[in-house]
Amino acid sequence: MLDIRGMNKIFGAGTVNEKLALRDVDFRMEPGEFVTVIGSNGAGKSTLMNCIAGVYYPDGGTVTLDGKDITRQPEHKRAKLIGRVFQDPLKGTAFDMTVEENLSIAYHRNQPRGFQRGVSKADRALFREKLELLGMGLENRMREKAKLLSGGQRQALTLFMAVIAGPRLLLLDEHTAALDPGAAKKVLELTDEFSQAGGLSTLMITHNMKAALSHGTRTILMKDGGIVMDISGAERDAMTAQKLAEKFEIDNDRMLL
Amino acid sequence: MITLGALTGGIELGLIYSILALGVFLSFRTLNTPDLTVDGSIVTGGAISASFCTFGFPFAPVLGLIVAFIGGAAAGAVTALLNTKLRIQPLLAGILVMLGSYSINLRLMGDRANLPLMSGDTVYTSAKAFFSEEWGSMVFGALILAALIALLYFFLKTRLGLALRATGDNEEMVRASGVGSGNMKLLGLSLSNGFVGLAGGLLVQYQGYADIGMGVGMVVIGLASVIIGEVIFGTSRLIRRLIAVALGAVVYRLVLAVALSLGMKATDMKLISAVIVVIALSLGAFGESFSLRNKKKVMRDA
Repeated sequence: MLDIRGMNKIFGAGTVNEKLALRDVDFRMEPGEFVTVIGSNGAGKSTLMNCIAGVYYPDGGTVTLDGKDITRQPEHKRAKLIGRVFQDPLKGTAFDMTVEENLSIAYHRNQPRGFQRGVSKADRALFREKLELLGMGLENRMREKAKLLSGGQRQALTLFMAVIAGPRLLLLDEHTAALDPGAAKKVLELTDEFSQAGGLSTLMITHNMKAALSHGTRTILMKDGGIVMDISGAERDAMTAQKLAEKFEIDNDRMLL
Repeated sequence: MITLGALTGGIELGLIYSILALGVFLSFRTLNTPDLTVDGSIVTGGAISASFCTFGFPFAPVLGLIVAFIGGAAAGAVTALLNTKLRIQPLLAGILVMLGSYSINLRLMGDRANLPLMSGDTVYTSAKAFFSEEWGSMVFGALILAALIALLYFFLKTRLGLALRATGDNEEMVRASGVGSGNMKLLGLSLSNGFVGLAGGLLVQYQGYADIGMGVGMVVIGLASVIIGEVIFGTSRLIRRLIAVALGAVVYRLVLAVALSLGMKATDMKLISAVIVVIALSLGAFGESFSLRNKKKVMRDA
């Protein structure tokens, strides 16, 4: 499914600020897998995700998705197969457009964008039906602008937009970090639900080690631009946040919460 | 006291500046980029329109307007490409195109700074002959404007239009949704300056001459119209907002017409325009806008 080989990324090459953000990362994901990623700031988590999403290109190595080399494919082209949710709830939606217009943009990502009606009747019926499943009352606010939604609602909408067109890969970059605990819980529940969709692989960055172990099927830990731990199955079931912290001398208290 | 002639003249001009305002709305609001290409592309449109009128063949004025739209759009396309392909800042890209187009516009006008329409046939003379001498220009201007607003509205409601609007709103989200934001900027700035070119073409045929200096400050006049319209007529829905922006240009012209009849010097117009924009921007009198300012405000409120 997703296959990363020998990926390198250097920021500020040749300057005093040169930083090797990714060093020879090899990483594979199978269809349907839900991998959580932990690691302290600067470990390379977001860089890895951005190289997968095409925000920037790696300096070495390849990214293969569904057997196709997408290493140099522009961000918006690979977005047809990749759904994303950012940490900042403001980044996921077009602020001054309605809920249904936002959904339409996300929903039609695999279709030609021409002079078709932006939100057709059929689209609207479908969006309403699916929004009801979120259980947030958004189905009754489809003509309201996205800026009127709360952070949690907006992040739920963004998550929904990320999966609505049936992507192969879902990338979540600390997507609950900016939410209050209640909203974060709800969005994580939805994440679990959506990740069940057939054949969808999910990669979720989190700063919360408990969440990293209780969600998904596999957990990786990144440090200094490399993957230093990769656990799944019984080994992962036996792991606790406390043990993880001891094992890797994680000094960040926030991650234990 | 203001005369009826000054009043109708103000409205007729306002209907032309409405098209400029719609163009500026597209770049300033929809794409969230203040685009200075406008000062050049309006002259490009005017110069093309004037040249066609001097050719004197049947339908030359109409054809001139179509080519004026294309000429303006081409200028906008260059700005967009400078920005997206060569990574020049949008403001600077606009300034560069504005400067470069000066030479092109002079060539279009046959190396003259001023090109009067000698033959006399324009879309306005035809409209006057068709409707009435008194109201022809106004009816024609209103019809063109109504058609353009309708077209723009329906376009902005299409899938392509939604992608375009979202680009100014949130570029990251747009790319994450599979839309090439560079292509959207190209489309948006071309369309925006196409409208501006058309406005220039109409203006030249209305006033009977093209002038190389006619573009100075046009972007500010466009901005003033957008802001005045939004503040007075509201922005709640897209169609209302488009009509508001267009009416803003008419109001602006009428205010100027009154001010002129009260003895203001015509040459002070540009200063007044600049002051209006400064006041409107500093008061934050934006209505609902795509601007960053409001984004932060909404975040605080949430």
